[in-house]
Amino acid sequence: MRPGGTKPAGSGEGGHRRPRFAVSRATRASTVTALLAVPMVLLLFALPAFAGRALLQELFYVFTMLTLAQLWNLLAGCAGLMSVGQQAFVGVGAYALFAFTVIGGLDAAAAIVLGGAVAGIVALPAALIVFRLRGAYFAIGTWVVAEVCRLVLAQVKQLGGGTGTSLSPEVASSMIGLDFVRSFFQVRGSAARDMLTYWLALALALVTFFLVYKLLRSRYGLALSAIGDSEAAAESVGVDVFRTKLMIYVVTAIVTGMAGALIFLQKARISPDAAFSLIDWTAYVIFIVVIGGIGTMEGPIIGVAIFYLLQYYLAALGSWYLILLGALAILLMLFAPSGVWGVISHAFGLDLFPVRRRLIPLGVAGNDTKPQS
Amino acid sequence: MLGWIDTLLQGVLLGGLYSLYATGLSVIFGIMRLVNLAHGDLIVLAAFLILAAAAAGVPIVLAFAIVVPLMFVAGYALQSVLLNRALGRNILPPLLITFGLSIIVQNGLLESFSADSRRLHVGALESASLPLGGGIAVGLMPLLCLVSAIAVIILLNGVFYRTALGRAFRATSDDVEIAQLMGINNKSIYAVTMGIALAICAVAGLFLGARANFDPSIGPARLLYAFEAVIIGGLGSLWGTLAGGIVVGVAQTVGAHINPEWQILSGHVAFLIVLVIRPRGLFPRAVD
Amino acid sequence: MTVLETRELTAFYGDFQALFGISFALEEGETVAIIGANGAGKSTFLKAIAGLLPRPAAAVRLDGRDIGALPAFEIVKLGVALVPEGRRLFPSLSVEENLLVGAYGRRLDGPWSLAAIYRLFPVLEERRQAPSTTLSGGQQQMVAIGRSLMSNPRILLCDELSLGLAPIVIRDIYAALADIKARGTSVVLVEQDLVHAMSVADRAYCFMEGRVSLTGRPKDLTREAIHAAYFGL
Repeated sequence: MRPGGTKPAGSGEGGHRRPRFAVSRATRASTVTALLAVPMVLLLFALPAFAGRALLQELFYVFTMLTLAQLWNLLAGCAGLMSVGQQAFVGVGAYALFAFTVIGGLDAAAAIVLGGAVAGIVALPAALIVFRLRGAYFAIGTWVVAEVCRLVLAQVKQLGGGTGTSLSPEVASSMIGLDFVRSFFQVRGSAARDMLTYWLALALALVTFFLVYKLLRSRYGLALSAIGDSEAAAESVGVDVFRTKLMIYVVTAIVTGMAGALIFLQKARISPDAAFSLIDWTAYVIFIVVIGGIGTMEGPIIGVAIFYLLQYYLAALGSWYLILLGALAILLMLFAPSGVWGVISHAFGLDLFPVRRRLIPLGVAGNDTKPQS
Repeated sequence: MLGWIDTLLQGVLLGGLYSLYATGLSVIFGIMRLVNLAHGDLIVLAAFLILAAAAAGVPIVLAFAIVVPLMFVAGYALQSVLLNRALGRNILPPLLITFGLSIIVQNGLLESFSADSRRLHVGALESASLPLGGGIAVGLMPLLCLVSAIAVIILLNGVFYRTALGRAFRATSDDVEIAQLMGINNKSIYAVTMGIALAICAVAGLFLGARANFDPSIGPARLLYAFEAVIIGGLGSLWGTLAGGIVVGVAQTVGAHINPEWQILSGHVAFLIVLVIRPRGLFPRAVD
Repeated sequence: MTVLETRELTAFYGDFQALFGISFALEEGETVAIIGANGAGKSTFLKAIAGLLPRPAAAVRLDGRDIGALPAFEIVKLGVALVPEGRRLFPSLSVEENLLVGAYGRRLDGPWSLAAIYRLFPVLEERRQAPSTTLSGGQQQMVAIGRSLMSNPRILLCDELSLGLAPIVIRDIYAALADIKARGTSVVLVEQDLVHAMSVADRAYCFMEGRVSLTGRPKDLTREAIHAAYFGL
């Protein structure tokens, strides 16, 4: 598609007829969304002042799953690295937190950050190994890496071995900022912890959102698009495919590790099976991204909302709930592979968090083209 | 010393079982470039089907003879109805569909049979063993398993290299577009391939259930062993897959010999090592 | 009698339109050449007829019957075989296996068999067990042609037979083509080699940017007309 419509054959490169363009990203819908989002986020931050603990805990789950979903979406949907092994980094981050607090005596908040760092460090050699595989085999390779992490950590007796361990009350109640929250809101220690972890989860979800958004709108985002279309072609125009993929893999591992650390800080109890659970940290996450709309910014948000509702009403069905999720995933892939958001955005032409650039022709006489998107 | 020889022997026999797990996976990937994430769960499904038939009074050999073609039909249907629709340039749809299938099969089995540990009873064969001299004996069932694994490979190679259908399979694997120009219906080929893979899963399921206890949740681990065997062996070679299975089996028994808790981890570590030093596997053949 | 015709045939690669309404007819026993520059849509045209690209159901007719909706493997069975551009032999099959696989969708009435192909291209019989990848370009082209003949086609679509081959090899290929024609097979020949194409064709079409720019009998087409139709100047 050439900008400015088709030139008549043989007209040559006429200078005075050359169309001019502006490059724009914002759509009307995106501007509206940005304006609406600000008060909504402020409301979410203020929530602990008047909401009960149960609601905060539910939202904690939503925000942490949203974080994981956004990260998996970046990895698989945008970078084409279809991993079914992200639970490796959830578990490593979580175990790092337990190690730093229980054994190392560090503050829990610092341990969250360190948990992310450790996950990032593990991700480097893991990447070098699994990047030798492609496609579906890459996916299973990441799974093997997660299994190795699980089996190795199950051997560490100081962290509870195969049965796991709990976070002692001293550790749980000594987090930075906890005293301030306790006195400011006049609540007991455990309620204060719920508030604090809620804010951390909300902050992490927002930070992840902006991280992914900025990444996709940067040169790296373009590189990822190119890699997704054709690695060979991307290499030929100067994209360092390996380093780009490595960077994305490690960055998502770091933030996934932080999410894992936070999740298990809140649970205050860890075991290898829970920390490295394929269902909890990969199957549900993949489902969220797929039902929402893979490869889009809006997808994980919609997906987590739908998933939460399904979970709330149907989780009591046990195995049948999981069978239903599996069947839904299959039907989605067959009939609506772009997810709920894909259907909506296609039907209404909406783009709330635009990532692509559009060309808008600036009034050239005689050019009867619509702006191309 | 004797302990180590016995360990190696057990590892080779275990490798026969893993090779059975892996052969179906290898064939599907070779011809369709598809990985079925439900593969392990389908092996477990086959074991449960044989169990159910045996519980209904059918002698186990007959139960097996019924389940094999049943699984073939199931594979043919799975491919025709679901997976053929999703094949294309994007690897995500077939991956997610088989992932969803894996969850459905596991939980379906859970609902139908409960999480209890089961075993396939094969009568006298269960504890029979063949003495090899020097104080070492091999179980007859594991030996039969290895022999079956080899027989399956010989049979498959016979089909692939000596029949017109086999030529059609290989042509489809090489260049699916030009294969269509030869009058080959690739969707049909894929359906037959999946049917064959699931029939092999039935054989694997028989030996899985006869050798050890099984329950609905053990499928994913079988998939991992199968996958490791395929990668270690090298893509495109069925004998390579047998070799890969034996490498995983021996790694596991050696690891278990050192410390029983290290069995599974040893297999994974062996896989990662091979992936690092020989990424194309030990006996690669195909040019992808 | 018109055995093959296309009516307003369009074809797309994704969003890109490669053919803009091609109307074409092939009479029984005829040899028609399609010439044109690179990217003119000649190969696309053959692929569309053979069923490798989606096309409107009524745009391609065989013996007066719409075949546009049929998949490629059905079209072979109706007697239309395509020798693809670049040979595209099956690398893991031997020479003989490549020929045999061509018979998978074979029509029963026809003169071609393994023995007949070996008579047409004797060098292939010497190398029958060799992996197809070890053959020279010319020999590979012979295998590609033989493979398509094994289905006993009534209509043979040939895409750039002479591409990358030495002149002496091209001569041998065209000699075999004469033999094929002599048995009554209708041939559509896409070629960049104008001389050879015009020497064997009864009629010719020239494509330019997805459209027919010229058509007629070779002896009626002047060099200037062909030049203009080829390059669009």
